[in-house]
Amino acid sequence: MSKKYLLEIGVEELPARLVGDALEQLKNNAENLLKDERINYNNINVYSTPRRLSLIVEGLDERQEDLKEKVKGPTKKIAFDENDNPSKALLGFMRGQNIDISAIYTEEYNGVEYIYADVVKTGKTIEEILSLNIPNLIKMINFPKSMRWGGKNIRFARPIRWLVSLLDDKIISFDLEGIAVSNVTKGHRFLGNSKIEVPSVDEYMEILKKNFVILDQKERKDIIKYGSEKLVKEKGGNLPKDESLLDEVTNIVEYPTPIIGRIKEEYLSLPKDVIITPMKEQLRFFPVLDDKNRLLPYFITVRNGNEEHIETVIKGNEKVLGARLEDAKFFYMDDIKNPLESYVEELKKITFQDKLGTLYDKTKRIQSLGVKVGEYLEVGEETEKNIERAGYLSKADLVTKMVTEFTELQGKMGMEYAKTSGENEIVSLAIFEQYLPRFAGDELPTTTAGAVLSIADKIDTISGLFAIGIHPTGSQDPFGLRRQALGIINIILDKKLSISINELVETALYFYVDINGLAFDYEKVKQEIIEFLNGRIRNMFIDIGIRYDIVDAIIGTNIDDVYDMKIRANKLNEWLKKEGLSEILSAFNRVSNLAEKAVSDEVQRSLLTEDEIELYDKFNSIEEKVNNLLLKKEYDKALDQLVVLKEPIDNFFDKVMVMVEDERLRNNRLGLLKKIYDIMVKICDLSKIVNK
Amino acid sequence: MYFQDLMLKLLNYWGNKGCIILEPYDVEKGAGTMSPHTFLRALGPEPWKVVYVEPSRRPADARYGENPHRVYQHHQLQVILKPSPEEVQEMYLDSLRAIGIDPLKHDIRFVEDNWEAPTLGAWGLGWEVWLDGMEITQFTYFQQVGSINCELESAELTYGLERIAMYLQDVDNIFDIKWNEHYTYGDIFNKAEYEHSVYSFEKADIDTLKGLFNTYEIEVQKVLDEGLVLPSYDYVLKCSHTFNVLDARGAISVSERTSYIGRVRNLARKVAAKYIEQRKEMEYPLLKKEGHSNE
Repeated sequence: MSKKYLLEIGVEELPARLVGDALEQLKNNAENLLKDERINYNNINVYSTPRRLSLIVEGLDERQEDLKEKVKGPTKKIAFDENDNPSKALLGFMRGQNIDISAIYTEEYNGVEYIYADVVKTGKTIEEILSLNIPNLIKMINFPKSMRWGGKNIRFARPIRWLVSLLDDKIISFDLEGIAVSNVTKGHRFLGNSKIEVPSVDEYMEILKKNFVILDQKERKDIIKYGSEKLVKEKGGNLPKDESLLDEVTNIVEYPTPIIGRIKEEYLSLPKDVIITPMKEQLRFFPVLDDKNRLLPYFITVRNGNEEHIETVIKGNEKVLGARLEDAKFFYMDDIKNPLESYVEELKKITFQDKLGTLYDKTKRIQSLGVKVGEYLEVGEETEKNIERAGYLSKADLVTKMVTEFTELQGKMGMEYAKTSGENEIVSLAIFEQYLPRFAGDELPTTTAGAVLSIADKIDTISGLFAIGIHPTGSQDPFGLRRQALGIINIILDKKLSISINELVETALYFYVDINGLAFDYEKVKQEIIEFLNGRIRNMFIDIGIRYDIVDAIIGTNIDDVYDMKIRANKLNEWLKKEGLSEILSAFNRVSNLAEKAVSDEVQRSLLTEDEIELYDKFNSIEEKVNNLLLKKEYDKALDQLVVLKEPIDNFFDKVMVMVEDERLRNNRLGLLKKIYDIMVKICDLSKIVNK
Repeated sequence: MYFQDLMLKLLNYWGNKGCIILEPYDVEKGAGTMSPHTFLRALGPEPWKVVYVEPSRRPADARYGENPHRVYQHHQLQVILKPSPEEVQEMYLDSLRAIGIDPLKHDIRFVEDNWEAPTLGAWGLGWEVWLDGMEITQFTYFQQVGSINCELESAELTYGLERIAMYLQDVDNIFDIKWNEHYTYGDIFNKAEYEHSVYSFEKADIDTLKGLFNTYEIEVQKVLDEGLVLPSYDYVLKCSHTFNVLDARGAISVSERTSYIGRVRNLARKVAAKYIEQRKEMEYPLLKKEGHSNE
């Protein structure tokens, strides 16, 4: 008969954001335990409410299978004494394995005869296994921040107050720091019974439900979702999708009842984010929108309880929201008393980063860098002006009351305040867009000014931190520099910007010297940043499906224009699908190997032999064509031109000895090879391509 | 329920649960936690149960008596239960019932809040308790105080009395709270709110206060060297409050701020360490006291 096991860890309210991960750990640990203990089962399910983590295993074996084992004993030589009686060593072995002499036999192992026995280890029962291992299963759950309580020697996210451990209908007892283990659970804090006997695992979920606890988080989530949608529809609105808020709310209630309340009209004239942010962040309310995404004067919140006295609860929540919005309104109204520009001065008081000056310094750097990038990209006079203005205002909102209170509104408030201060549409939008993308898959800047500002802000942060020796290492990247680097690359590709990474880094570093007078090992830092960026580019190209050798063939060269790199990668990828490339690649490999030894690319025609002249002339005949094709970014056609050199290269290597004694001849021949190599790497480094 | 009845009911409730009922501590402070009856008693192995109301000064929250929700000084009702009893949440909920809040008629939640007081080198895990969405209590299991691990963990309950009173009396403005039958909160405190706001934001003399901070800081060490823990701690509180006024006055830059906080924390740590040493020498007299059974 298969068994069911229930473990309920009864806790004081767990932080909602930690529950998912804790459940995952509980499940994995249980799977590993049963696997290690050779116990079969049908399935493991884990459930949670704020006050309990529950594990239910179904279809459990009653015991481990007996294990037949071949056990090695002493050597035959020492197993018997001179009279052929069992020695102490053999007697000890038999006693240890609980067998008599009839069960042993000898077998050779590495040329020596040993005593062996086949023994049967009786499997442990599931009861034994559980009572022995459950304490550890609980202790193994890790939380980012855990606590001690009541002098017990255990850490958990919040105090554990009770434990239910049931195998079908039998209590499986164990000791965990003296916390009660029984079949008694607790219902909903106010609506349910605080002492409920669970007769068997089968009845557990039903009993909880009768006591106003819906154990299954998916069920609670559905109740919240569909219940809220119904309420919202009655008002002609929609619920914006917000999985993370939905999950959080699911994990702070045991018996959810969605309720709808009103927002006072007087607040609706505030910018949408000013209203939504305190609602979501401070109160976990859902906003309600109309078909045009405008805010409606309602909110959804979820009561942990039933419909009784629901009016009191709604009224209380409306009052709390009123107080929060009153605060937000106060911040907003106070902020807009002065134009956004007036806050820039205050940035002088705020440190951006130790050794890297104030936020005002950062503003100056972003502004100068943005303008340089704009000039470089030839964005035009108007856009340049917008970049300069948006750059100047970029960080001003960080000292406003609203952003001080709600840091996640950085950029958004900057945009709002720019508009109320009469800045133009592009400048306003660019201030918001400087922070894009905020996370993987986030929207990218739509305006050129925003894109340039975003690149400037990010490369400034990366360069500054590298200059003072703060790099991402392993899993450590506290400043999110990898994400920022990826943001730069994504913007460049999205906007198809032709921009030299090398010059970008040089310019960013230059402004640290110019504006902050920062001293650092310029060349070393520059190389580190470029390598870091190249690493990000490499990963990204591989992620989007470009062969790793193609990536190497492109990143290994001096090409440092990301958008151009991607075009090359795609063209090379297509080109390599052609037939008969293997020999061509070999030929270029030979050229690359020797070209490294060249001292210059000078060739004196008078020193060349007939076979060399053939190659030299062929090369001269294609050089200009290749360069023209490169200008047009027709990299595949440029490669086609190189193919013409294959025959003369092969002929050259067959007939000509390169590394001769005569230095003049040797250098002349190496020079010829270097010329060919140099034009090849202008397209890509073919020697990096894996020749199949 | 009048404001003064609210205080009395809670003091009584916890008094009946075995807490010592104390008066506010007479040095300015930003929170009930800073009273030596919490800060120092939370350290070491000795049990402790106390309840008191603490007028708490937050210069940066001053609003000239014009904001309906924020004030320079509010009242915290502070409970310390050391060690934290098994049924501490239930005890807390019963205290709400005692002031007429029936959980069945409301939505009461324990919402994650990890409390931290950088100037005290103190942190703990716990919750904000929400009453129909409003935070009415901070509930914390102390883990560290004065940068020292708590040997015996305390539960700290801090009731925001004004918020609870506003809810119970159904008023939207803190100054409309009825203190007793005849007087409102505004009658008693409105002028004080205005004057302290003017002082904190406009008039406080920066050089004088910076000088005072330095003087107090030196005094902490001097007094501590004499082995006098409590007088020394009084000057830590003085430093902390002086810093808060300077901060509200806008006289402290961001980098200075970190350094000031570090200085106060350092003083608090020294006093805490000395206190533990002193109690050990005294052989922990409270360990021998009756009436501190856990349950």
